[in-house]
Amino acid sequence: MKPTSKSGRAWTLVGLLFAFATGAWFESLGFFEFSKNNPEEIWILFLEHLQLVGISSAISISIGVPLGVLLTRGFMRRYREWSLNILGICQTVPSLAVIAIAMTYLGIGKKTAIFALVIYGLLPIIRNCVAGLSGVDPVILDAGRGMGMNPRQLLFKVELPNAMYIILAGIRTSTVINVGTAAMSFLVGGGGLGDLIFSGIAMVDAGYMLAGAVPTAVLAIFMNWLFGRIEKWTVSPGLVYAQTPVSAQ
Amino acid sequence: MIKLEKVMKVYPGSSLAAVNNVDLEVPEGEICVLIGSSGCGKTTLMRMINRLIPITSGFIYIGDQNVMDMDPIELRRTIGYAIQQIGLFPHMTVRDNIATVPKLLGWEKRRIDKRVDELLDLVQLEPAIFRDRYPRELSGGQAQRIGVARAMATDPPVMLMDEPFGAIDPINREVLQDEFLRIQSKIKKTIVFVTHDIHEAIKMGDKIALLDAGRLVQFDTPEKLLTAPKNQFVKDFVGADRALKRLDLLRVEDAMLANPVHCHTTDSALEVARRMQENGINYLLVCDSENRLEGYVAFRDIMDHEGQVGDRVKPMTLTVGLRQNLKDALSKMLTYDIGVVVAVDDDNRLKGVLNTMTFARVAGQTYDEQGGRWGKVTAGGRIL
Repeated sequence: MKPTSKSGRAWTLVGLLFAFATGAWFESLGFFEFSKNNPEEIWILFLEHLQLVGISSAISISIGVPLGVLLTRGFMRRYREWSLNILGICQTVPSLAVIAIAMTYLGIGKKTAIFALVIYGLLPIIRNCVAGLSGVDPVILDAGRGMGMNPRQLLFKVELPNAMYIILAGIRTSTVINVGTAAMSFLVGGGGLGDLIFSGIAMVDAGYMLAGAVPTAVLAIFMNWLFGRIEKWTVSPGLVYAQTPVSAQ
Repeated sequence: MIKLEKVMKVYPGSSLAAVNNVDLEVPEGEICVLIGSSGCGKTTLMRMINRLIPITSGFIYIGDQNVMDMDPIELRRTIGYAIQQIGLFPHMTVRDNIATVPKLLGWEKRRIDKRVDELLDLVQLEPAIFRDRYPRELSGGQAQRIGVARAMATDPPVMLMDEPFGAIDPINREVLQDEFLRIQSKIKKTIVFVTHDIHEAIKMGDKIALLDAGRLVQFDTPEKLLTAPKNQFVKDFVGADRALKRLDLLRVEDAMLANPVHCHTTDSALEVARRMQENGINYLLVCDSENRLEGYVAFRDIMDHEGQVGDRVKPMTLTVGLRQNLKDALSKMLTYDIGVVVAVDDDNRLKGVLNTMTFARVAGQTYDEQGGRWGKVTAGGRIL
């Protein structure tokens, strides 16, 4: 780890002051009062939200990454532009509309919410996966092939490790956006922190709304941090965009 | 060891053959250089040997095995492969890069570690320092060495090298070439080496195959290619200065004037001076009784000296070794502006002398295309 720099410490201070000021403001809006009275309800909804995000992101990743890999294999390459365009068009549809469309087919409930979230989270993953894999220097692929790696070894030992940073960036984006989008699943009866947010808006009760919004924001920030850590563990320090300084220098 | 028979490559959709009917044979332990301008098919030809490019027709044998009968993956694991852009895996340490093929073959960890250190020693990089570095922490020359080490990891009998020193500055390239030749003299691999640099080809090749538009134009030793170019294309390719290039090939001991006139330190100065005057020479080499070079004396320094030559000897600052090539010797001679270069063996024993005449004789030996000779050029105006 790098020692904290002077400017870094200054920013932390600014952040703390800001958080304190916001906290005071929230207090005056009665946010803490509601939270103090209903910690259990918030906790249950938070877990529900986490579940929605967890399940849908897991499905997105387990569909998106293999699909991205598939799209960069020789025989599929000609469909690549075509499928990325379709996905791009899907992404321009507002998340609310995706949920609404899903509802017309699947009815109301968690399943619908998860389905919509999966569809919506897929694009950044696939797109980054394709970009990462096709960005791998062809020279090292030639070297690998020339030394007798079979296609599977080439993929797992050369291509994926080198594309890992970009693939993870896609998963990170997808998951963080997912935390926000998951709030909408309340609209199709999926539950989650959206319950508090939308009810709070309907009742013009800021404290009620913030009791949903703040945990959602915290969860998104936490996810972002978590993937930052995962990136450090999985991306080789030999790659130039890895931030960890290499010790041997 | 490697044998190509009527090898053809026609890319799909192209009417021209990229490689056209090439027959080639590389004996075991030799370096065969494939050379030609870009697009001549030299890289294609090399890549057909390990089947990175499918063969259209013809046969390629390694040993007595037809490569078409072998599994391409297995085949490639038995052939060392080094390329111009090096292609080190950036996400792996030097150790893991070198260990690529051993790992594919399932060597155990201890054996791999031992081999990695061995190879790092061989390419003269300190294992303790370099083992755990990543490619981006290496200089171009170091990376190139690791690339070569990686190609030699499993000690494959055959190696394919596609301009392995191409991306390096000229000074380091010379160093790497010398080092590689030193290594090769120990390990004796059968190597197919692609380059577009005629100097490199002459220096590295036991045989050179010159390709043009997919056809093999001439397949000969460097010496033959320079002295007996088959046609105008070869002549143009090796360059108008091919006589000078030949100096790369020849060693000092091949060209020097052996057993040059000299005296011993213990000889009487007046005697020696008298002999020098008789022969009309101004400088003379001086050795000790074991024939080791001591230096030289000038006639004017000993002409009236009552004693031994050894008292007036001046040291010889510049000598060349017997196995240095003539280009180095000539370069030294020109750089230091001296008329002769003295050749000594490893024990500093006087062996011979090179001067401008010997260079002219060697360089001109086979090059006077009309076969005439100038003889000794003298002053004197019109000959008749």
